[in-house]
Amino acid sequence: MNNTIALKSILHKEIHRFLRIWVQTLVPPAITISLYFIIFGSLIGSRIGTMGGYDYMSFIVPGLIMMSVITNSYANVSSSFFSAKWQRNVEEMLVAPVPNWVIVAGYVGGGMARGILVGLIVSIIALFFVDIHIHNLWVIIVTVALTSAVFSLGGLINAVFAGSFDDISIIPTFVLTPLTYLGGVFYSISLLPPFWQGVSRINPIVYMVNAFRYGFLGVSDVSLTVSFVVIIGFVAVLYVIAMLLISKGIGLKS
Amino acid sequence: MTAALEITALEKTYQGGFQALKGISLSVQQGDFFALLGPNGAGKSTTIGIITSLVNKTAGQVKVFGHDIDHQLDLAKSHIGLVPQEFNFNQFESITKILVNQAGYYGVERSLAVKRAEKYLKQLELWDKRNGAARLLSGGMKRRLMIARALMHEPKMLILDEPTAGVDIELRRSMWEFLKDLNKQGVTIILTTHYLEEAEMLCRNIAIINNGEIVENTSMKALLTKLDIETFVFDLANCPQSPVLENAVCRLIDEHTLEVDVQKSQSINTVFTQLTEQHIEVKSMRNKTNRLEALFVHLINQDQHSVTVKGAQDE
Repeated sequence: MNNTIALKSILHKEIHRFLRIWVQTLVPPAITISLYFIIFGSLIGSRIGTMGGYDYMSFIVPGLIMMSVITNSYANVSSSFFSAKWQRNVEEMLVAPVPNWVIVAGYVGGGMARGILVGLIVSIIALFFVDIHIHNLWVIIVTVALTSAVFSLGGLINAVFAGSFDDISIIPTFVLTPLTYLGGVFYSISLLPPFWQGVSRINPIVYMVNAFRYGFLGVSDVSLTVSFVVIIGFVAVLYVIAMLLISKGIGLKS
Repeated sequence: MTAALEITALEKTYQGGFQALKGISLSVQQGDFFALLGPNGAGKSTTIGIITSLVNKTAGQVKVFGHDIDHQLDLAKSHIGLVPQEFNFNQFESITKILVNQAGYYGVERSLAVKRAEKYLKQLELWDKRNGAARLLSGGMKRRLMIARALMHEPKMLILDEPTAGVDIELRRSMWEFLKDLNKQGVTIILTTHYLEEAEMLCRNIAIINNGEIVENTSMKALLTKLDIETFVFDLANCPQSPVLENAVCRLIDEHTLEVDVQKSQSINTVFTQLTEQHIEVKSMRNKTNRLEALFVHLINQDQHSVTVKGAQDE
């Protein structure tokens, strides 16, 4: 059994899916982020002054790119895998000799592809508003890849447990959005009182946004090493959970 | 020769306590055309679900071409093609992509998968629809798409769960021919169906399952010989009064229709002779019901009766 062909098939299916419905998957984040750039960056940002040694627009660009990577990676896998469950075409893979890790890797790869593509689109749009600095390209690439993997795995786990389409919108609305907005996208957590700085450090998105911002600007509220440890830790834990769920057939087999 | 499918003491109890399978054992030989029959809720789909790993078994053993699904699941899966009862493909995906992706899950190279997709789409008369979304197909076309999909990795055993449900008779017959050809090429076929005529026409061996137990497992021929009486319907020119027949029970339905129950040991010529002697002209003749259907109803009723009696004794 050639697992590479199976993996390529799932990846091909997943990437083709979000490209086929590009109006729903690629255009909305581009419009949303453009509005953020116009309102928070140009209109309000010009009155805020500097943050972390950079003008406000330059400061929020990495966070906004990361925000779109997070939401799109998550949304891609949660909606695609739940739809496969709902239409029962997930059975196409379950009856075939596809190892569970290939199923997980295929869906996560699809989510990462969409997250990173949307990140690229948003970065290109950002160029119309600000000159993008690049402090360390490798930090940018590794952070965006690992972060999109974390949220793709999260989307997969959400889809496994979801019983209806409502269930795949609950986590983004009530968990992801608040954590992202409170994750230092629009401000440096050093502006917060010490207690809230401590609370913010429980939020994993703080580490992702800051590592990403370090790659662009060379400034971060948290240590880069700690950020990578946290992100890699999340990838490992969520991967193990996803594998356990798929192996046991939770929500997939009776 | 290793059996294509060997099921031993298979049990399934769902969450909530419903026991769908009560320790069934079954063997299907390589190259067989096998029917698995039973009323709704008898355990057919659960059995198929366990064989194809869509349902977790509670106890027992399943071997596919000698590969135990507990230890060599991937090998077992690679030999099976499944045509499920419900449509379970991505309705928004194009037909060719559904087939090519499915082949990919079995490790078939894309270039080969494209060729196979063309072959099966042409054989199943779906070639014209190859670029359209699956949701745009008619019910019969969707069933054929699922057959094509199940064949993309050229399995040694094809399992079809109600493959002709909701398909018109003309299409059903063309699907029968396709399946017969496939079986001639050496593919073992296991079929569940509600159309008992279908099982009688296609299958060499049969198992009847009821309440999670196998109530009959034999060859189609042996099963049909168990039927003692056959009912024929005679279309008559004109017959105002019911004829009197020796060694046969008859019922005059109307002036042109006569039903006659004939013992299997008795020659039907005797009925014709007696009708001719009574100046009754027979225009045509046919079986009243499908023979297998009569037996099926008999066996299921017998099983229900034994369950009821056992229940009464237990009380």
